[in-house]
Amino acid sequence: MAAITLLDYGMCNMLNVARAFQHVGAQLTITEDPAQARSAERLVVPGVGAFSNSMHELNRRGHSDAIRDFVATGRPMLGICVGMQMLFEGSEEFGDTNGLGLLTGWVRAVPDQTVDGQPQRVPHIGWDKLFVPEHTNRSWAGTLLEPLAQIDPAVYFVHSFCAVPADKADILAECDYGGHRLCAAVARDNIVATQFHPERSGEIGLRALRHFVEM
Amino acid sequence: MPIQKTRIYTNRYNGRQLSNVRIIPRLDIKGKNLIKGVRLEGLRVIGDPQAYALKYYQDGADELIYMDVVASLYGRNNLSDIISRAADQIFIPITVGGGIRSVENAQHILRSGGDKVAINTAAVSNPQLISDVARHFGSQAMVLSIEAKSTSPGHWEVYTDNGRERTGLDVVSWAQQGVSLGAGEILLTSIDMEGTAKGFDLDLIRSVRKAVKVPIIASGGMGNMAHFKAAANNDVDAIAAAHVLHYEHLTVSEIRKSAVEAGIQVRTV
Repeated sequence: MAAITLLDYGMCNMLNVARAFQHVGAQLTITEDPAQARSAERLVVPGVGAFSNSMHELNRRGHSDAIRDFVATGRPMLGICVGMQMLFEGSEEFGDTNGLGLLTGWVRAVPDQTVDGQPQRVPHIGWDKLFVPEHTNRSWAGTLLEPLAQIDPAVYFVHSFCAVPADKADILAECDYGGHRLCAAVARDNIVATQFHPERSGEIGLRALRHFVEM
Repeated sequence: MPIQKTRIYTNRYNGRQLSNVRIIPRLDIKGKNLIKGVRLEGLRVIGDPQAYALKYYQDGADELIYMDVVASLYGRNNLSDIISRAADQIFIPITVGGGIRSVENAQHILRSGGDKVAINTAAVSNPQLISDVARHFGSQAMVLSIEAKSTSPGHWEVYTDNGRERTGLDVVSWAQQGVSLGAGEILLTSIDMEGTAKGFDLDLIRSVRKAVKVPIIASGGMGNMAHFKAAANNDVDAIAAAHVLHYEHLTVSEIRKSAVEAGIQVRTV
């Protein structure tokens, strides 16, 4: 089992992510120290709320460079929700804000109309099924989602913005919202990240987190 | 200006719901106890909230709501210990309401293990709090709790302090104002139906549904599956149930199973 280091930058879901990793038996360290983040065996960047606020906190605490350095080591990193969104080049939430640029693409508003033009609910809140990406049919084998592949999983989403990866090959899973396929998870090299909240997705989410610790 | 036909913010696409209807046990708390009243009054002790919460989680609840029903009287929310105990074993979203008056109060609850705060009384006396909480923690964490009491057909007044105080505010316009200030979800409780197990106030649901684009949790009146279906068919996003679950008239898994049989889309567990 790999040791998990959880980056604390003042985000509110941090403790619930910590509790979930503890529940699956992970050896867990919570740190605010960029040096400790750099030397982690596995780094987890949680997040919830506003993109610009979160990026501001990462930058202010020296965590942005720490995350970039960590990713360069090739060791596995997991981003959750805004922790996923910040991996991209930027977000249009509250005016354009730059992200970490570790993945190409931007974070855009969840469409407020269905594909056939009906106004639809935003934020997108609820339990929705994960789909294999439409265009690439990418396999979940060897990723965070591997244990979910056989069980037609529904997981918990709560967001008003979602990543639109420039490289469709980065998309690991999608959800359907009003006929739009939204990016629900990405994976590229040693980075894996989810828009949904595995720490709030019941036993299915815990299974994914356990797999991240064990894989 | 061309007249636009009123269109509701749909929960449907291609004849299917956009999202699964969420089943949310609501736990009203007084002191250390899970309690239940009728029309937010006549509170009876049910038992240990942790035992009930765990049962609902294991039975497949989609979320939980904890409401400190006496918090506004004392000016503070006392749920952080209960929430923190719950969060050690429960891995679904938890909404916490009752007596949250400031960004600091909200942060304390969220740090204890809550995912969202539901605010009623303090939002009415200081609407700016809605924006402040939304800005600090995101709209998704800011649930506007509205306690609605019918005044005449098609009209409802906002009440605060767990149904004790009148405000003079109209429910529909307050819901719109709350959303424009940053509320990401509405917990809509009918005081008239609460604890009666006689069904939701569907006119209330329809009126608020037409007015706001954010998800609505219908609360107050769930007594049987016909009530659940009627609310789901009126495009609510989530249904809170208390009485019917606490008194074991139905279980979460029975609700889920009957919903599937009725063609209502819910999470399959």
